[in-house]
Amino acid sequence: MAVIQVERKPLTFAERTYIPQIIGGLRTTLKHFFAPNVTLSYPEQRPEIPKGYRGVPTLVKDPHGREKCVSCQLCEFVCPPKAIRITPGEIAETSDNAHVEKGPKAFEIDMLRCIYCGLCQEVCPEEAIWLQNQFSMSGYTRAEMVNDKARLYELGGTLPDDHFKWDKKKTAEGHGNAH
Amino acid sequence: MFDFYFNLPLIVRLIVQAGAVILVLFPIAAACSMAERKISAWIQGRPGPNRTLAPLAGFLAPLGLVGRIPFIGPFLQQMGIFQLAADGGKFTFKEDPVPGHVNKFYFVLAPIIAMIPALTTVVVVPLGAYFAVVDGVSVLKPIVLADVDIGLLAVFAISSLGVYSVILAGWASNSKYAFLGGVRASAQLISYELSMTLSVLPVFLWINAPGGHGTLSLFDAVQLQSGTGFHWDSLWFIFYFPVSAFIFLVALFAETNRAPFDMPESESELVAGFHTEYGAFKWSLFFLAEYSHMIIGSAVAILLFFGGWNPLPWIPLTTLAQWIHVADKPLLMGLVGIAIFMGKVFFSIFFFMWVRWTLPRFRYDQVMHLGWKKLLPLSIANLIFYTLGIALLQK
Repeated sequence: MAVIQVERKPLTFAERTYIPQIIGGLRTTLKHFFAPNVTLSYPEQRPEIPKGYRGVPTLVKDPHGREKCVSCQLCEFVCPPKAIRITPGEIAETSDNAHVEKGPKAFEIDMLRCIYCGLCQEVCPEEAIWLQNQFSMSGYTRAEMVNDKARLYELGGTLPDDHFKWDKKKTAEGHGNAH
Repeated sequence: MFDFYFNLPLIVRLIVQAGAVILVLFPIAAACSMAERKISAWIQGRPGPNRTLAPLAGFLAPLGLVGRIPFIGPFLQQMGIFQLAADGGKFTFKEDPVPGHVNKFYFVLAPIIAMIPALTTVVVVPLGAYFAVVDGVSVLKPIVLADVDIGLLAVFAISSLGVYSVILAGWASNSKYAFLGGVRASAQLISYELSMTLSVLPVFLWINAPGGHGTLSLFDAVQLQSGTGFHWDSLWFIFYFPVSAFIFLVALFAETNRAPFDMPESESELVAGFHTEYGAFKWSLFFLAEYSHMIIGSAVAILLFFGGWNPLPWIPLTTLAQWIHVADKPLLMGLVGIAIFMGKVFFSIFFFMWVRWTLPRFRYDQVMHLGWKKLLPLSIANLIFYTLGIALLQK
């Protein structure tokens, strides 16, 4: 690589007094003085969350309002800080969704342990667990910081489904090629 | 209507006037701390303190509209006015610990000594002027606590005592950071005082023309800047003595320990400098003294170089008073003069804060270099130049 010699011009008299530079600086700060604020008034104004943000993990329902989680416990096993605790349960024979067979009886995520890595979302075969936009969790006790199943569904709500995996399977089954 | 007041014994009148001036100066100095926070916030693109409610409003708000200030309340809240009350309450009522390792007597004395020169110098600073009828003749009189001929000398003499509070605080704290801050402060204040005093000498050489009576009064300095019409000989002194005004302003920044000369505090190097060991009310006294120094210092600079209470060059207060028909009403004319003067002082304080967020702090050796090798020779050259010039002009 060629060495480029940069010529350093000696400072002019005006520059050596610093006064033009100080006036330039004053002009810059005055511009900022009148410029609009760059901060948000936090609790009232919230920042816009970018797409793909990994916030608090939540459980979601499918567009039919059905529970997506089938209690396979993959997220529990993959979770590096062991923040997830699932108690699998059986779906009652009388239920419309009896063919799903399994669902979580209890689903707890300990937000004091969660590291927001998103592995649970990545590993979930049913796309039932999602890290959504909520970025702050607070509570007065340790118990409050453990999200139970009801709270997880409340935080998660319903997300649009891109695949309708089970609907497709059912249609395929109707045509005689189940798998 | 005012006869009653003017018939009071002189001592009572002086006490009332002094009380009034201190009662105005004190809250203004306190308000400067809020102005500092707001201005720094705006320059940095933040809103600044804007949450604090009026005192008790937080408790009264659930009861309905009680405790809310109508119309301007939200605006005052946005401007952080109530934060001032909260700060004041905090400084007054929080525990005031005295560390065990300090020299208690001087430790307590230092903030008191800080306040005394800050509040004493205001005695000789005129704030405005009015027409008074003396022996049937209408003469312009200054609004000032003590209209003495040694005005400027008194300001310099008393304000330089302020350095003792810094030295005492630094030494009595018995802590290395406070001590270093005190040493730096004393060196800096003494260095720049020299240039400051030399820079105003040409102004008073000009004022004290041969044949006239000698004076150091700040009122007379303003009188000579009160020319009407477009004559060259009665402009504001900034136009005659630009170098003096520049040196005075730079030295003023150093004398008031303001950035870029905030050596004594330099929080990134010395924790907080000379007031490291202070807290609560004693600390707030240092704070108030610093802002009072700023106010008085800007007031003197305005009186000497920026026309005092005259609204514009060539348009003195007397002309303005005649235009708005208040020349024969001493009270109104006095208030107009004070308003113009205080407006200039507030702008000057804004300028102080503006500079603070523009320039980084000098290194200690740079401060000494600038003070002794640049400003002092410059002010001496300036003095010689104007001495010769004035000698030739007034021959």
